[in-house]
Amino acid sequence: MTDAALAGSLHDSIVATGLTKSYGPVRAVRGIDLRLARGSTVALLGPNGAGKTTTIDMLIGLARPDAGTVSLFGRTPSQAVKAGTIGAMTQSGQLIEYLSVRELVSMMAAIYPAPLDVDEALRISGAIGFADRQTRKLSGGETQRVRFAIALVADAEVLVLDEPTAALDVEGRRDFWGAMRSFAARGKTVIFATHYLEEADAYADRVILMSHGRIVADGAPTAIKATVGGRIVRATLPDVDLAALQVMRGVTSVDRKGDAVTLNCSDSDATLRDLLAAFPQIRDIEVRGAGLEEAFLELTIDPDEAEL
Amino acid sequence: MIELSYLRYEVLRTWRNRRFLLFSLIFPLILFLAVAGPHRHVIEDGITFPLYYMTGMIAWGTMVAVISSGARIAAERSVGWTRQLRITPLPTWSYFTAKIICGYMMALLSMAVLIAAGSSIGVRLDASQWFVMIALLLVGLIPFAVMGVMFGHLLKLDSLGPAIGGVTSLMALLGGSYGQLITGGVLFTVVKWLPSYWLVQAGKTAFVGGGWPLEAWVVIAVWTLALSILSVRVYQRDTKRI
Repeated sequence: MTDAALAGSLHDSIVATGLTKSYGPVRAVRGIDLRLARGSTVALLGPNGAGKTTTIDMLIGLARPDAGTVSLFGRTPSQAVKAGTIGAMTQSGQLIEYLSVRELVSMMAAIYPAPLDVDEALRISGAIGFADRQTRKLSGGETQRVRFAIALVADAEVLVLDEPTAALDVEGRRDFWGAMRSFAARGKTVIFATHYLEEADAYADRVILMSHGRIVADGAPTAIKATVGGRIVRATLPDVDLAALQVMRGVTSVDRKGDAVTLNCSDSDATLRDLLAAFPQIRDIEVRGAGLEEAFLELTIDPDEAEL
Repeated sequence: MIELSYLRYEVLRTWRNRRFLLFSLIFPLILFLAVAGPHRHVIEDGITFPLYYMTGMIAWGTMVAVISSGARIAAERSVGWTRQLRITPLPTWSYFTAKIICGYMMALLSMAVLIAAGSSIGVRLDASQWFVMIALLLVGLIPFAVMGVMFGHLLKLDSLGPAIGGVTSLMALLGGSYGQLITGGVLFTVVKWLPSYWLVQAGKTAFVGGGWPLEAWVVIAVWTLALSILSVRVYQRDTKRI
């Protein structure tokens, strides 16, 4: 453990060790260790089937791990849930009928020991505009905002969101993340699962990348990019043999579209030197840092599949 | 035991559910008025027919009310709401208790409506008779309230209607809600082990007098215990899967 991590452990909100979970033959989570600092906003990023939801379900006590432990402020998940330490929004779910939006959120507020003001929760979530409408008369996006309001009204120390923007349009998403940020600014710990790379990049201060039930990268979005070398070289180079490019120093993969070639590089400086030496006719050279998108592709290739 | 403000919204939801009101209040009322109305002056064994029939309809209406209330859990389960509640501090028991309280509330309302209807066509009882009848009915409804919670976790939404309709009709029929049972014989021995029989008998104390025999208390206790154990099993099976 580094000194920084040691210092961090003093104010961790969630600590998970050695989590595994299988559903029948499907090994959904294959050994996960987590340590979330209080007040941090963490993205659990990965494609469908990476084990994000199973991990989250274990953190909030909806699923029992086959092995490993979870602690939230020193409590088990079910103790933490009972104490009102967790506010959560699961991946799917609808609302119950015969109540207005405000009534439903008030009903949920009544369950928590120290809830947020109901109108405040409605305002932050963007549900205030239709607070008096019946729950069964809401669109998918509106339902999602109400579900967010329910997670917020707990005013819990830890906010857990599983793919919270799945039912939202572009504008709805922007509003949502704005709301999430203003909530996180109150010193709360937020962990959210997403498969939208730009969301993790833009709204988390730490990204945990999952693939096939394991954590494959963990760090600040910039650090994730650095992990995979993170440079892309594009240039115009007609009629070149891709195999010749592939063997150059620092190249991890190559691609061609018409006359343009794209090289993913772990050491773009070395690649450029080789390129210029080998192909004096090369032009329109462009070097940029790889986005999370590329990092994502690189890291989430199943090792089993890759060997085929 | 339970947050009153939470309960308030559950009560509000129950009241706004028109279908629920229809089945537990309006149906028994219509049946009572349709059958007892034309026979309001008929007297058998010194008992007026409307009094006799009113107690039967009260047993049926209240039974439907408490079973349906618990069974509404199935609807909330189907939209993922019970899963949402499992990540809140609300204890499972409080959730069930709220459903049972709502069921009893509807049962009391159903009683009030039928008693009012009975009074309007000449049913007269004195206070102590009403008291004993209502008290025994409330006890007799306990196993049905538990049964409702069990149905809520056992059944899918689309099979709920027929299941409740079937079970309550059969229970009411065999219990003697719709008419006099033939006493004696094997069937009657079986019937006396049904909670609905004693629910109907609870109503009949209004004119037969006295209370329940020991047998009744045993039957209600055994059914309540058995259904409670089953409910816990069903609940555990239902939540483990997730």
